[in-house]
Amino acid sequence: MLGKLTFSAIPLDVPILVGTFIGVAVVGAAVLGLVTYYGKWGYLWREWLTSVDHKRLGVMYIILALVMLFRGFADAVMMRTQLALAYNGNPGYLPPHHYDQVFSAHGTIMIFFMAMAFMTGLFNIVVPLQIGARDVAFPFLNSLSFWMTTISAVLINVSLFIGEFAQCGWLAYPPISELKFSPGVGIDYYIWAVQLSGVGTLLTGVNFFTTIIKMRAPGMDLMHMPIFTWTALCASVLIMAAFPVLTVTLGCLSMDRYFGMHFFTNEAGGSVMLYLNMIWCWGHPEVYILVLPAFGVFSEVTSTFSGKPLFGYATMVYATLSITVLSFIVWVHHFFTMGAGPNVNAFFGIMTMIIAVPTGVKIFNWLFTMYKGRIEFHSTMYWTIGFMITFSIGGMTGVMMAMPAADWVLHNSLFLIAHFHNVIIGGVYFGYVAGMNFWFPKVFGFKLNEAWGKRAFYCWFVGFYLAFVPLYIAGFEGMTRRLNHYDNPDWHVQMLIAEVGVLTIACGVVCQLVQIYVSIRDRNLPQNIDYTGDPWNGRTLEWSISSPPPAYNFAVLPDIHGIDSFHTEKEMGRGTHKPLTDIHMPRNTAAGFFVGAFSFVLGFAAVWHIWWMAALGLIGVLLTVILRSNDNDIDYYVPVSEVTRDVEAQSRKLMAQAAE
Amino acid sequence: MAHEATMPPVAGGHDDHEHHESPVVFGFWVYLMTDCILFGTLFAAFATLRHQYAGGPSGKEIFELGGVALETAILLLSSITFGFGALAAHAQKKGAFLGWLGITFLLGLSFVGLELREFTHMIAEGNGPDRSAFLSAFFTLVATHGLHVSTGLIWILVVMVQSLGGGAGPPRVMSKLTCLSLFWHFLDIVWICVFTFVYLLSVI
Amino acid sequence: MKDKILPKMRRLLPVAPAFLLSGCTLDLLEPAGPIGLQQRNIILAEAGVMLCIVIPVIVLTLIYAVKYNAKNKDAEYLPNWSHSTKIEVFIWGIPAIIILILGGISAWSSFALDPYRPLTTDTAGATHAPINVEVVSLDWKWLFIYPDQGIATVNELEFPVGAPINFRITSDAVMTSFFIPRLGSQIYAMAGMQTQLHLMATQPGIFHGEAAQYTGRGFSDMKFLTHAVSDDEFNAWVDKVKASSDTLDAESYKNVSAPQEAAPVQYFAHVQPGLFDDIVAKYNNGVVIDKSTGQTLHVQNAMSDMQMKE
Repeated sequence: MLGKLTFSAIPLDVPILVGTFIGVAVVGAAVLGLVTYYGKWGYLWREWLTSVDHKRLGVMYIILALVMLFRGFADAVMMRTQLALAYNGNPGYLPPHHYDQVFSAHGTIMIFFMAMAFMTGLFNIVVPLQIGARDVAFPFLNSLSFWMTTISAVLINVSLFIGEFAQCGWLAYPPISELKFSPGVGIDYYIWAVQLSGVGTLLTGVNFFTTIIKMRAPGMDLMHMPIFTWTALCASVLIMAAFPVLTVTLGCLSMDRYFGMHFFTNEAGGSVMLYLNMIWCWGHPEVYILVLPAFGVFSEVTSTFSGKPLFGYATMVYATLSITVLSFIVWVHHFFTMGAGPNVNAFFGIMTMIIAVPTGVKIFNWLFTMYKGRIEFHSTMYWTIGFMITFSIGGMTGVMMAMPAADWVLHNSLFLIAHFHNVIIGGVYFGYVAGMNFWFPKVFGFKLNEAWGKRAFYCWFVGFYLAFVPLYIAGFEGMTRRLNHYDNPDWHVQMLIAEVGVLTIACGVVCQLVQIYVSIRDRNLPQNIDYTGDPWNGRTLEWSISSPPPAYNFAVLPDIHGIDSFHTEKEMGRGTHKPLTDIHMPRNTAAGFFVGAFSFVLGFAAVWHIWWMAALGLIGVLLTVILRSNDNDIDYYVPVSEVTRDVEAQSRKLMAQAAE
Repeated sequence: MAHEATMPPVAGGHDDHEHHESPVVFGFWVYLMTDCILFGTLFAAFATLRHQYAGGPSGKEIFELGGVALETAILLLSSITFGFGALAAHAQKKGAFLGWLGITFLLGLSFVGLELREFTHMIAEGNGPDRSAFLSAFFTLVATHGLHVSTGLIWILVVMVQSLGGGAGPPRVMSKLTCLSLFWHFLDIVWICVFTFVYLLSVI
Repeated sequence: MKDKILPKMRRLLPVAPAFLLSGCTLDLLEPAGPIGLQQRNIILAEAGVMLCIVIPVIVLTLIYAVKYNAKNKDAEYLPNWSHSTKIEVFIWGIPAIIILILGGISAWSSFALDPYRPLTTDTAGATHAPINVEVVSLDWKWLFIYPDQGIATVNELEFPVGAPINFRITSDAVMTSFFIPRLGSQIYAMAGMQTQLHLMATQPGIFHGEAAQYTGRGFSDMKFLTHAVSDDEFNAWVDKVKASSDTLDAESYKNVSAPQEAAPVQYFAHVQPGLFDDIVAKYNNGVVIDKSTGQTLHVQNAMSDMQMKE
C-alpha cells in the first residue's frame, strides 16, 4: 500500500534532524498561525499564490531562493565544521552517511533552488519591464514554472524528514548512483526533484525567449535591448538547448533504477562515461545560464551608477553571444582524467580557454564604463567591484584548470572547489544580490537599507577569501573534495581558517536578513520611499514607470528609438502622447498551483514506489491541464477609467516630488 | 499546452497590440525545438550503446521490419489525414474536421498498439530493456516516441471535444490546432529518424 | 565610505596567503617525479601569464573606483562616452594573445604529458627498467598487482626510484580516480575499462596516494602509501611480500573484493596470472581488449559465476 515507505524511514535517531524538524515545524506553525490570525488566507491565495503577474511571481521566486539559500548555507556551515573537527582520529560529528547527504544536498539546492530560482525571479521582475511589455508571453506557464520549482524544492526538503537524500554528490555520477550501490531512496528524491524543477525551468526558457523575441515595445530592435535582457535571452537559449539533455540523462538514470536497464551500470554494456558526457553537456552551459544574467546585472549597475552608457555595448552583446555558443563545446574539461586521447584533451582545453576571451572582454567593458564616470558608491556598486576583483581571480584559476596537463593534478581537488565557488559566489551570487538591491524599490516602492547592505557585502567579501583561499592551498596540498575526515596536519590548518571564513559569511547572511527587516520596518521614512519610480537616475524602461508598477506595467506602450531610450528621453524631453485605452490582461488562475501540487504527489509517490498514488498524481496533472485548456475565462480588460486614474495619481506624485 | 492570454483575440477589436502576432504558435514551435534536442540526446545515447549487446541479441536478430514498416506507413498516413482535418477546419467544415481527426486518432492508436505488441513480444522472448545496454537504449528511445504519440492522442481527443462544444472564438481553437498539427508532424519526422537510424541501420 | 574599504582590501589580500602558507607541504609544488615537475612548471607558468592581466585589471578597478568617485568633482566626466575602437581592439587583443600563448602550452602539454605515454630514458631520464603495476580499485581499498613479480598488495605501493611505472587501472566497484599527488597525473578507474598511467619517482620518499573521486561511505579512508625506494630495498620488499602466507586467486579474491572500510595493508605472496584481465573481462562478457596490440582476447573466465546480472 505504501510501497517502500515505512515508519522507520523517519530518522528519529538523528538528533540534528529531529531538532531541524522541530525548528521547521515551529516556524511553519508560526507563519501559518500569523496568516490565519490576520485573516490573510484569501488575500494570499487570490493575489499571490494564483497570480500570473510576472512581478509577483518574481518576488515569490526570490523568496524561495532566499529560503533555499538559508538551507544550502546551513549545509555549508555543517560541512566546514565537520572538516574543522574531523582531524587525526576525531570522527567529527557527522558520520559519512549523514555528511554525504549534506554535501549532495548543498550542491543540488544551491544550484537548482537557490541560484536558478533567484535568476528566474530577476528575469520575471525585470525582463518584461525592460522591453516595455505588459506581461510575459505565457503568464499561465510562468505561474506553472514557479510552482514546479517550488514543489521540487519542497520535495528535496521532505527528504530531510522522510527517508534520506542522495549520498553521491550533486551530479549523482553512476555507478555509485545506481541501485546496486545506492539502494536507498536518496537518489530517487534527487532525480524527481531535479526532473520536476527541470520542467519548470524549460518552460521558463521557452517563455522568456518568446517574450523577448515577440513582445518588445515598438521600435526596440535587438540591438536596442538593455544588456540584462540580452543576457536573459542568451540564458533562455541555453536553457532550451541544455535542459532537455539533463532531462534525458536523469531519465536514463531513473530507467536504470526503476526498470533495471543498463545505460550507466557496470554490467551489461552500460557506460559510465556516457553519463559524464551527457550530464556535462548540460552542466557546463548551466554555469553560463547562471552567470550570464549576473553579468547583465553588473552591466546595468555599472552604467547606472557611473552615470554613463555601458562602454562597448555591441562588444558586450557579441561577447555574450560567443559565450553562449562556446559553452556547448567545452564540456569534456570536466573529465580530462577519463583517459581520452591527447587530441580530444587538447581540443577541449583550448576551447575552454577561448571562452576566457569574451569573458575578459566583459570585465574590461565594465572597467571602461567606470572610466571617466561619476561613480555613486551605492551598495550594488560595492558588490560589482567585489565581483570584478573576485571574478578575475576565479577566471584565472579556471583557465589554469582548463589546461589538461594541469587538470590532471587539480581535478577533484579542493582547488577545484575553491575555483567554482570563486565564480559562483563572486560572480553569480554577488550579481544576484546586486540585482536584488538594484530593483527592489521598483517592485516594492521603497529602497533597501544601505548600511546593512554594505555590512553584508563586507562580510561576504572578506568571508569569501577566508573560506576559499585556504581551499586553493589545500588543493595544492593534494586534498580531494568530499572527504569526511583526514589526518594530514597541513590540511587541518586550512580547514580551521576556512571555518572562520564560513562563519564570517554567516554574518553576511545575517546582515542580509537584518537588511530586509530594517528596510521593511523603515519603509515609510521619506528618504526610503521611491516617489518617482526612478530612484537611481536609471537608463532603461523599467525606471520610466511608477514604483511599484501597476499590474499592466505600461499605461501606453513606449516607443523606442535607441539604446537607453528612457535616459535619452529624460534629457531630450521627448515623451509618447498616445491615447489611453482599455488594457487586456490575463486573469489569475489556480491551475499552475494544482499542476504543481499533483506533480508533488507524483514525485513523492514515485520516490517511494507507491504506484497508486503516483497514478493519482499523474491523472491529476493531466486533468488540470485539460480543464485549464477548456477554460475560456482567462483574461479581462482594465477599463480606461482605471488606467487614467493611475496615470493621474503618478503624475501628481511626480509633481509633488518636483516641487520639493 | 500554451495559452494565449496577454494577446487580445483578433475579433475583440482592441488592437493596441497590433504590432505583435500571436506568440502561441511561435512559442510552441520553440518548445518543439527543445523536444528535438531531447530526442537528439536519446539518439546520441542509442548511437553510443548500439553495439553493447552484452551477449544478448543484436538488432538484426530481433527486429521484424515488416511490423515496423506497417507502423511507419500508419503514422505517415495519419499525418496526411491530419492535414485533411486541418484543411477542413480552415474551411469551417466541422463535420469533415471531426471525421478526419477521428481517423487520425484511430491510426495513431493502432500505431501505439502495434508498438506495444512489438514490445511485449520482445520482452516475452527475454529481450526486454534489462537484457543489455543496447536494448535499454532501444526501448527508451522508441518508448519516448510512443509516449509522445500517446500524448498527442489525448490532445486530439481534447481538441475534438472542445470543438464539439463550440467553446472559445475561432482564433484560440485554431492556434491550438496549429500547435497540435506541428506536434503531430514533428512526431512523424522523429519516427522517420527512428526507423532509419534504429531499425534500418541495425538490420543492415 | 568607499575611501575606507579599498585600502582595507589591499591590505588584506597579500597578507592572507602568506600566513596560510607558513610551514605547509604543498604537494603539487614539490613534486617528486618528472611528470609532477612539468605539471608544476605548467601551473606556475599559467599563473604567471594570467597574473600579467589579472593584476592590472584588479589594480585598475581599484584606481578607477577611487579616481572616478562621484565625490571627486575634479575628475574628468564624459557622460556620453561609450565607444573607442582603439580600446576595443586592445580589450579583445590582449586576452586573445594570452590565450594564444596558453593554448599553445595546452596543446603541447596534452601530448607531452599524456598519461598514456610511456616514460623512457630519453623522455624522463629513467634509470631503471620499467615496473608494471595493475591497479584495481575496490570498495574501499586499492589492490596492486605486480604481474612480473607475481605478487600483490592492498593499500601499499612500492617501487624503485628512477623506474618508470606502467599502471594499468580498472575498478571492480564504483568509479574513482587513482592519484598520487606528489608524482603527478591522476586517471579514472572504471569497471570493465582499462586506463593507463605512467609515472616515475626521481627521489626516494613516502608519498600519500588517494582516491580522488568520491566512492561512498568508506571514501575518506580509501588511501595508500607509496614508497619510492632504492633497488635493493625494493627487492627486499618483494621478498617480504613473497614471504606472506596469503595468496590471491579467484576464490580468495572474493573475500578481498568485499566492501571494507579503512582496510589494512595486506600482502599476497602469489597472484593467479591473468587476474586483472579476468576482473576487466567479467564486465565485458568475458572479453578483454589487449591495449598494446588492439586484439580481442577471450578470457577463460574463472569468475564467470560473478558475471551475474543485478
